[in-house]
Amino acid sequence: MGGYHWNWGVFFQQVPSGGATYLDWFVQGVEWTLLVSAAGWAIALALGALLGVLRTVPSRALRGFAAAYVELFRNIPLLVQLFLWYFVVPELLPKALGDAIKGSPPLAQQFVAATLCLGLFTAARVCEQVRAGIESIARGQRAAGLALGLTLPQTYRFVLLPMAFRIILPPLTSEALNIIKNSSVVSTIGLIELSRQAQQLVDYSAQPYEAFIAVTIAYLVINAVVMYAMRWLEHRTRIPGYLVAAK
Amino acid sequence: MISIRNVSKWYGSFRVLTGCSTEVRKGEVVVVCGPSGSGKSTLIKCVNALEPFQEGEILVDGVSVGDTKTDLPKLRARVGMVFQHFELFPHMTVAQNLTLAQVKVLGRSPQAALEKGVKLLERVGLLAHRDKYPGQLSGGQQQRVAIARALSMDPIAMLFDEPTSALDPEMINEVLDVMVELAEEGMTMMVVTHEMGFARKVADRVIFMDGGTIVEDAHKDAFFAAPQSDRARLFLSKILHH
Repeated sequence: MGGYHWNWGVFFQQVPSGGATYLDWFVQGVEWTLLVSAAGWAIALALGALLGVLRTVPSRALRGFAAAYVELFRNIPLLVQLFLWYFVVPELLPKALGDAIKGSPPLAQQFVAATLCLGLFTAARVCEQVRAGIESIARGQRAAGLALGLTLPQTYRFVLLPMAFRIILPPLTSEALNIIKNSSVVSTIGLIELSRQAQQLVDYSAQPYEAFIAVTIAYLVINAVVMYAMRWLEHRTRIPGYLVAAK
Repeated sequence: MISIRNVSKWYGSFRVLTGCSTEVRKGEVVVVCGPSGSGKSTLIKCVNALEPFQEGEILVDGVSVGDTKTDLPKLRARVGMVFQHFELFPHMTVAQNLTLAQVKVLGRSPQAALEKGVKLLERVGLLAHRDKYPGQLSGGQQQRVAIARALSMDPIAMLFDEPTSALDPEMINEVLDVMVELAEEGMTMMVVTHEMGFARKVADRVIFMDGGTIVEDAHKDAFFAAPQSDRARLFLSKILHH
């Protein structure tokens, strides 16, 4: 360490190609990480909720479909899934569509593949949380909803899901943090998000410690913000006399 | 009003109901009792199709429950049900619990639904609690809200599935009082319960079940004075003398 020359001012220096500072690069990395994670999370939450519902409906075929989805997406490594989406899927599509994809800007291809991959992978995990949440309340509450004349979809919408989501907020927080951390794998298909930006900063600025410290702190801050936001949500949706008593 | 004709039900190969037949006429109060596992809760849940059955027929106001063409939500909306564990919706206030189905199922306006709800809360003596959540109420209060919720749909009949079994002893009477009042007003009721005092007071008939079959189906006076079967006699002696 003794010979290392600390220089935090490096972030305000111009990058070799000019027109931007190292700080601009760093901020771009943060933006891509946030964008990929947020878009992936939107897919994961919507699809995961739908699949979680399907895992608990009376129809055996729908339950089987959702279970198969979970097994498929949970049992293939995330990195392999990413390569499949980015390199293989365009080849499998009808030629015209595949060519259109391959002809689109590389950054768009990377972003779509990254978002789909993270979203569909995380949806399998959200699905299992939603299923567990519904199962923890389902029997009597479902009967009560149906007995009042609500249809099954209405019973899910008004009775089961509002409670299930409250119950699974803590594990959902973990999944939200996971998708942010997992988003670092998309650097492997060339999307320069935060972790890839760290390497680039090192390569060009020759200040590895500053670069990795800054990136590490950025991840910690992003995840801390998400964690506190989810805690605030937990607090906001807490039911007087219910969850407090159950804890 | 409710005709149960030769109903049988299996869980896989295990038979839980065997050829059950009975009739609940308009305005009648029928108490269903029997040892646990006798199928009484299962039978009452068959009436509004919360449990499917494989054989026989149940008619509610002339509508066949088992018929696949029957609009079940519509049928269930006309039959009130009260559960052992109340099953109020914990994330909704008392008032919201009472108005949800009125608005979503019957298509009433929120104002009309709330007016109806308020009237019923007043009736079960819980108007002051309208903005509380179920978790803030005692078991007895929750069950009275659950009864009000079922009544908010203007049902043609009410089903009660062991409505006092999950209650602390000191809360049983407040719930039974509401049920007695309802019976005296002429509500058609089918009540699974071990509360023989309630049966003596307001029931027209008592059905005794054991092993998935209806063993006795008699006028309450006849049932309490001289049960026909040994099993019913044994059951009565066990729950009446302790």
